[in-house]
Amino acid sequence: MTARDSETGRDRETERDRETERDREAERESTKEATVTDANAPMIELTGVGFAYEDAERFTLANLDLRIDAGTVSGIVGASGAGKTTLAKTIAGFIPLNEGGTYRGTASVAGRVLAEGTLSEAAAAVGLVTQNPFNQISGARFTVREELAFGLENRSVPREEMERRVDEVAARLRLEPLLDRSPYALSGGQMQLVAIASMVIMQPPVLVMDEPTSQLDPAGTRLVYDVLSTLSDGGTTVVIIEHKTELLHEHCDSIAVLAGGLIVRQGPPGAVLADDRLTSWGVGETRVTTAARLARERGLLPVERALPIGVDDAVDAFSTTERAAS
Amino acid sequence: MSETAISVRGLVHTYPSGVTALHGVDLDIAPGERVAIVGQNGAGKTTLVRHLNGMVRPTEGEVRIGDWSTTEKSIAELAHRVGYVFQNPDEQIFARTVATDVGFGPKNLGFDEERAQQAVSDALEAVGLAHEADVHPHHLSLSERKRIAIAAVLAMQTPIVVLDEPTTGQDDAGVQLIAGIVDSLVQEGRTVVAITHDMDFCIENFDRVVVMAQGEVRADGPAEEVFADVAALEAAAVEPPQLLRVARALGWSGTPRDARAFVDQLTQHRGSGSSA
Repeated sequence: MTARDSETGRDRETERDRETERDREAERESTKEATVTDANAPMIELTGVGFAYEDAERFTLANLDLRIDAGTVSGIVGASGAGKTTLAKTIAGFIPLNEGGTYRGTASVAGRVLAEGTLSEAAAAVGLVTQNPFNQISGARFTVREELAFGLENRSVPREEMERRVDEVAARLRLEPLLDRSPYALSGGQMQLVAIASMVIMQPPVLVMDEPTSQLDPAGTRLVYDVLSTLSDGGTTVVIIEHKTELLHEHCDSIAVLAGGLIVRQGPPGAVLADDRLTSWGVGETRVTTAARLARERGLLPVERALPIGVDDAVDAFSTTERAAS
Repeated sequence: MSETAISVRGLVHTYPSGVTALHGVDLDIAPGERVAIVGQNGAGKTTLVRHLNGMVRPTEGEVRIGDWSTTEKSIAELAHRVGYVFQNPDEQIFARTVATDVGFGPKNLGFDEERAQQAVSDALEAVGLAHEADVHPHHLSLSERKRIAIAAVLAMQTPIVVLDEPTTGQDDAGVQLIAGIVDSLVQEGRTVVAITHDMDFCIENFDRVVVMAQGEVRADGPAEEVFADVAALEAAAVEPPQLLRVARALGWSGTPRDARAFVDQLTQHRGSGSSA
């Protein structure tokens, strides 16, 4: 099964990706007997994962392979309907534990197959921030402060530590002015920050976030990414589903592209976001990359130069061009 | 009806909680304009646009839609002139099928059966969801529900369309589709007012930009001018579009609105040998 999958996988890869694929396979060999204590084992490993929702006509995820290293920030991009939310739920163990359908393959976190445990074990291993923050509010608490403490209470964390952690997460996400408000009296953006805070406070080893900044303004978005960077520096593995590729480029160690239920590309942000096939996978390039492609067509940017993604590399690319021209 | 303009004068709004969200806003929008409103969460953007369809009433000042003052009209009456797409589609969608939801507005506005059906199918076609007409909206993804919310307002064929963060959660194709909708609305002579945090989308699709901060309008003018107003943007914590940030860092004086314009300016800079 695995051999056949990697064979079809290889067909899809271009020359450039083959090497990475070989590396990955070599690594996969060497970590075959991976245990929790193996430092080289990936934090998240999905092998041949397929999933079809109940009554669905097709598989949303189809023989998907994905490896994510501990302590990294990984972005997942893809068109709507590519299966991103399904992938997030699968990493978190909600699929298959809490969702009916046809499931196959193996998904493990820190060497443990979450599907073989309970939902609460899965929740302790992976914090999942869902797409619609409204659905994540417990409904059991009257204030934001209580809402944030809810998960810790369920784990019988001592009161003093609980209060300290609530204050800490509220300060990080600038939620102090909202602590005594009802979670339901918040704007969409505020609710989104509370949903993120209520997962961050649990300090899970893996944090998976499904479009966590969709309702936030740029300042709120920056705040969230700053928190993610801090968490990652502290060893948390972060997986973030996001349409804003410019942000992913700035903050991620790697980006995976999901298309048609498969990971069609995974690699460093600069390489993935400049991939010629990106738009054919339904993922938008940054404006800088589009402009650079156009500049290249007009002979204003050397073909051998890597396409810029963000502002800094664009300034570098275009000022070099100017110098070369004069 | 084609003369329906928006006129906001000295608008103050204080919520029952005591929070004043708008501190005296003046804004005139002519028929057929495409206007983007930008600014941080809490700047008063949504409060302002919810005055246009009467969901929120002025505490002080006046809002006029054409020859109507919103204080003298009900929400149902204002719905003939202003269609408002909620930021969160789940606050708006309620029916059991997509087609019923989108058909609710036209029906309430008194469209006859044939016109209502045509309006629904045109609107669903425009948002790329014609094939989902009989589906329950809650079986669709958030980004699809957002597009249903847009369709529901398009189907009402109002002269003014207000979009509250239309590109939220949309992928590349979704953003392009919404840009196309804005284009065709304006071509039909309708007025489009959109709140957006996506500055790339903003500068590519809106001719006029209004910057809000702390319940006030801080800048208002052609996109090129507003995005050159560094002080106003900083005060409102608005980051300029990506290509403008590059142009500024390169010391260019122009304001390229899209990739093509950017590369045209690059060509000029190279041609004139103006670089150091």
